[in-house]
Amino acid sequence: MKWETIFRRILIFMSIILVLIVIGILITLIKESIPSIKSLGIGFLWGKVWDPVSNIYGAYPFLIGTLLTSFIALIISIPFSYAVSIYLGEYNPKGWLSNLLKNTIELIAAVPSIIYGFWGLFVLVPIIRTFEAKIGVAPYGIGIFTSSLILAVMIIPYAASLGITLIRMVPSPLKEGAYALGATRFEVIRSVIMPFTRSGLFAGVLLSLGRALGETMAVTMLIGNTSTLAHTFKDLIFGPSNTMASVIANEFTEADHTVYLSALIELGLVLFFVTVVINLIGKRIITRFTNN
Amino acid sequence: MEHTVVSASKFNAWFGDNHVVKDVSIGIEKNQVIAVMGPSGCGKTTFLRCINRMHELIPGATAKGSLKLYDDEVYTMNPIYVRYKIGMVFQRPNPFPNLSIYDNVVAGYKLNGLKMAKADMDNIVEKSLTSAALWKEVKDSLHKKGTFLSGGQQQRLCIARAIAMEPEVILFDEPTSALDPISTSSVEQLFHELKEKYTLIIVTHNMQQAARVSDKTAFFYLGELVEFDDTKQMFTAPSDVRTQNYITGRFS
Repeated sequence: MKWETIFRRILIFMSIILVLIVIGILITLIKESIPSIKSLGIGFLWGKVWDPVSNIYGAYPFLIGTLLTSFIALIISIPFSYAVSIYLGEYNPKGWLSNLLKNTIELIAAVPSIIYGFWGLFVLVPIIRTFEAKIGVAPYGIGIFTSSLILAVMIIPYAASLGITLIRMVPSPLKEGAYALGATRFEVIRSVIMPFTRSGLFAGVLLSLGRALGETMAVTMLIGNTSTLAHTFKDLIFGPSNTMASVIANEFTEADHTVYLSALIELGLVLFFVTVVINLIGKRIITRFTNN
Repeated sequence: MEHTVVSASKFNAWFGDNHVVKDVSIGIEKNQVIAVMGPSGCGKTTFLRCINRMHELIPGATAKGSLKLYDDEVYTMNPIYVRYKIGMVFQRPNPFPNLSIYDNVVAGYKLNGLKMAKADMDNIVEKSLTSAALWKEVKDSLHKKGTFLSGGQQQRLCIARAIAMEPEVILFDEPTSALDPISTSSVEQLFHELKEKYTLIIVTHNMQQAARVSDKTAFFYLGELVEFDDTKQMFTAPSDVRTQNYITGRFS
């Protein structure tokens, strides 16, 4: 066989392996979830009680925990990632300061999540505790709010670095067209740059969300790991809780019978689907955006 | 001269250390079409962009000297106001892709948040599109996106957008270089009609175009204004040997 052919086949083979791995993971997740699906049914998703000792498994508290931490993190992170995108994309696109800032922001994504967990535990938790004492909720320090704060920092680079790139891509004739009509810089940003990049910026937010939903280590360290839902909204936000990822991380070592372990794996399956779907939608929007 | 609309004296412009417009003095009269020509890199586009202060939007770009709109010094006026009074049409048609034809025409008002009655706005749209010789072609599709139009129509839409602001002067930066010959001639025809109300300053690469459309021609070379005279005079008997060489095609 000719070397050209061999080389090409090696490339194809390597690529196919990666696809197979993802499919393999999905198959394992589904297969291992079967005992749980069989014994718990679809009610697993909205069961409010998670009590492995009595063999009762309900995913609802973790769904709520995951969605709440992620969305609060998203809301906190959006102003930062948009501000950074606009500043580094439009106001200061070149030069050492711009590069320094852009690299620093990208570095945020490179810091191992255990370090965020540590930092949160030793620095953020005491501050939150004081804050919670002041507003009159039980001063746990750990919980959904604290996790969301750390998550917000961790996900900023995903939306921001895409946002910077997209805003730099806005054709300058368009911006000049607006300037030539007497628009101010703010008006150019509002009426030309924002409409032009809106869908792309939204895709960046979706990528951030995908990252937030699945983040495990830092959240596990900060969320408090309680599988019961608080009764009031205030206690829910500021009290300890659990996400799908954190409950899996915490409990899989002690899952001592089939249904327990299978229920955890089913949680993983749900998480897998949610993050994959969100990422796919995000990528789809980006592709459509960059093709235009 | 009371009819002078735009005048420069000892006007200079730089990109960083690069001196691109050197000591230019010129007086441009009302309701004339002025062609600005010269080889690439001669500073003609930069000079044009200085007139409505677009030059300074580029980081590192500076300008010095006197440049007046009537009796007012452009560089002490609010740049926003300068750009209301001095409109601009670019090399490539650049209608706003997210706006309809209608909204593109009134984009200048909308961008600046100026509120106005629907009827007034309709009126401005019709008038501007008519002046830009586009009304008949688009009057039934005003709410379609401007980017669906052909290149020549898009450029006329951009002209309508500039006219809508009722400027004194309209600057054209090689307005037909991205257009096919038919669209080019329709835009050139428009210049003759527009000069009844406005003063037009057109940067062009194309000498035939300068000869066809302009009353007066300015020839730039290496940042200097070499010659500024009636177009006929300039093309038949230029007074400077550099102009002569350029016109006869000895360099380009």
